[in-house]
Amino acid sequence: MLHIVNKSPFQTSTLDTCLRMAQPGNALLLIEDGIYAATMGSATEERIRACCATLKVYALQPDMDARGVTAKLIDGVTLVDYGGFVDLTVEHPTSHSWL
Amino acid sequence: MSEQQAAPAGGPKVKKFMFVNRKAPYGTIYALESLEVVLITATFDQDVSLVFIDDGVYELVKGQQTKGIGIKNFSPSYRALDGYDVEKLYVDQASLAQRGLTEKDLLVPVEVLDAEQMGQLMAQQDVILSF
Repeated sequence: MLHIVNKSPFQTSTLDTCLRMAQPGNALLLIEDGIYAATMGSATEERIRACCATLKVYALQPDMDARGVTAKLIDGVTLVDYGGFVDLTVEHPTSHSWL
Repeated sequence: MSEQQAAPAGGPKVKKFMFVNRKAPYGTIYALESLEVVLITATFDQDVSLVFIDDGVYELVKGQQTKGIGIKNFSPSYRALDGYDVEKLYVDQASLAQRGLTEKDLLVPVEVLDAEQMGQLMAQQDVILSF
């Protein structure tokens, strides 16, 4: 299944809760303010690196570009564009847009 | 007519809907909106599950008295859900514990799950709506 997180990890517990419940093999797509979790040097870097071992982690490039943090992308996280976003929702039978 | 089980091709299709509730009841409108959508979905004979995670567990706390804030107390509606054949209510164990709550503090019977069980349940759904 695909988990989509759009909130900054510094603003809400959404990412924490999502990672607590995500099962090995699931995919995580970070969009909007959620992409800050995938930036090097942030307090979430360790957690994102760790979850890359069991989850496929993606970040929406237009949202990273807009916020000026694309160069800080944690390696192991895959950038996708809007087309890639659509592909992910098609590949996974269940999507959960965490609120 | 048992359209729930083996719907003929082109007939009504039953999907598994999960409503994920993660907000406290009166500070925002999410909890009430979720409840309304749940009731609508149940009217269409769909397979409905409700899960309560994070502050969402506060929606089910017994003894809510809203007269003083001028907002309708909608918590009794959770007790009416079984009248709509909505009987699958799941609560996240860690969210209860973190808030000093137990099953006894809740106004309806629920099934308490750990994070892994909750994650597995999510993966089995056709549609997940988050509130």
